[in-house]
Amino acid sequence: MITVDSLTKRYRGFTAVDDVSFVARPGRVTGFLGPNGAGKSTTMRVMVGLTEATSGSATIQGQPFAELPNPGRQVGVLLDASAQHAGRTGREILAIAQRTMGLPKARVDEMLSLVSLTESESERRVRNYSLGMRQRLGIATALIGDPEVLILDEPANGLDPAGIRWMRDLLRGYANQGGTVLLSSHLLHEIEVIADDLVMIGNGRIVAEGTKAELLHAAGTTVRTTAAAELAQALRNAGIVVTQSNDGALRTDAPADQVGQIALNARIALTELRSSDNAGLEEMFLELTAETQREGAAA
Amino acid sequence: MTTLTQEAPVTSGTRPAKHAPIPLSRIMRVELIKMFDTRSGFWLMASIGIAAVLATAATIIFAPESELDYEAFATAIGFPIAIILPIIGLLSVTSEWSQRTGLTTFTLLPNRSLVINAKLLVAVGIGVVSMFLAMAIGAVGNIVGTAIAGVDTTWNVSAYELSLIVLANVLGMLIGSMLGVLIRNSAGAIVGYFVYNALLPTLFMTLGNLQEWFRDLWPWVDFAYAQGALFNGDPSGEDWAHLAVTTTIWLIIPLVVGLFLIRKSEVK
Repeated sequence: MITVDSLTKRYRGFTAVDDVSFVARPGRVTGFLGPNGAGKSTTMRVMVGLTEATSGSATIQGQPFAELPNPGRQVGVLLDASAQHAGRTGREILAIAQRTMGLPKARVDEMLSLVSLTESESERRVRNYSLGMRQRLGIATALIGDPEVLILDEPANGLDPAGIRWMRDLLRGYANQGGTVLLSSHLLHEIEVIADDLVMIGNGRIVAEGTKAELLHAAGTTVRTTAAAELAQALRNAGIVVTQSNDGALRTDAPADQVGQIALNARIALTELRSSDNAGLEEMFLELTAETQREGAAA
Repeated sequence: MTTLTQEAPVTSGTRPAKHAPIPLSRIMRVELIKMFDTRSGFWLMASIGIAAVLATAATIIFAPESELDYEAFATAIGFPIAIILPIIGLLSVTSEWSQRTGLTTFTLLPNRSLVINAKLLVAVGIGVVSMFLAMAIGAVGNIVGTAIAGVDTTWNVSAYELSLIVLANVLGMLIGSMLGVLIRNSAGAIVGYFVYNALLPTLFMTLGNLQEWFRDLWPWVDFAYAQGALFNGDPSGEDWAHLAVTTTIWLIIPLVVGLFLIRKSEVK
């Protein structure tokens, strides 16, 4: 279990992480979602003790990371697959982790086969690895100590579609065995498929948090009509907050049946009425982080 | 390169709830391996042996017969090694930042001081071992060289003098490591090293020659000057005092500052 409590990290005149609290539970995959520069990586670095928090705390299995006696046996960490000495072979990098943690030598070969790096690839220097191979090696390093908790920053980066599928199955299986998985991504679809719980972050603050089912349910209703202005007025009269997107569709947090009833009462014909559930996480993600997006307001 | 492995991490039996802390000896072994296992690391280490052999050969070829004794070999070998050793110590620390391996190292070992201590201890060990290796190569050179020249083999360096030279080189290696700890960037630390060994002594010498008031203070602040006593054979009590004071100023204090900064710094 990972517990983050009121975590704040301030740099000179800039708050990277602002009062972030959440819990990643055992047996579940927690997706840490946010646009670039939202504070995901900083939060993860604080969790594993590479960055000092300005205030607040992060604990792993109830203990601060720095107090774990042999952290690699309890927490598997992959923050940046490229942060390796380019002059070492994949096997050497795994062997360093294996020796540091005091594991049997055989673990290196077990891990290589787990992440499907071949014998000859493992003897190659990391300089000659593709990003996908580096990610596989990073995942092997994270898993070699057989930890109960995994912290992975953008692990799907650079993997081909089959590799992404492989990793998804791996993490699913890991969580099903009772492991805690926290993975960050800005690839919404990837997170949507794999995560049980979601933590969305924008500009250093948590903007939404909950199970995937909860968050999707809260996504609201999309409605279209030729008389958009009248319908918008009718909805507002009923006390419902409504927004109009560029393509003329109206969006609201109210459920679809309520919107339909109001339209009927106002004698307005609808061309489309649907709940936004199946519109997916992406729409919601863009909405939630609209003001923090570099591209400006989306839809 | 794809698998359909659905199994999660191969679990090796039951998990113990408590893990034993990582002993210093294990960290030292890992750090020793890390110094050797890259191509650059390997050649840097190998260069000690290579430099010793080349210096020995040069001494045999170029030194006049009358000066062909162990001291000539020891001096010739000592010179390149005194430059290489500190660089090895320095890079073993800075590569954690320059190559970004620190991201893994310090998540596996959050106690950064412990990692740096292990590196320092390994550096001292390497310093001692490579000096013995160099002295052995010099001894072979002395025997072979004098045999070729047809002169008597002279052993004019005592064990005490040799141990002083070893001490001087270990100090040099620690200076390199200290600069690595303080600066945490390979290029910057190497520049710092040349400031230490070339710029500062020159500065002190100029100051000492020009300023009357500085002359008495000089040996108490010039680290290179104080180390020089170790190479000149029999240091006096005052020489040792100079060495102790300058070591504190130029090695121990910056090292403590560096260790403090490393504990606070962000590893990216």
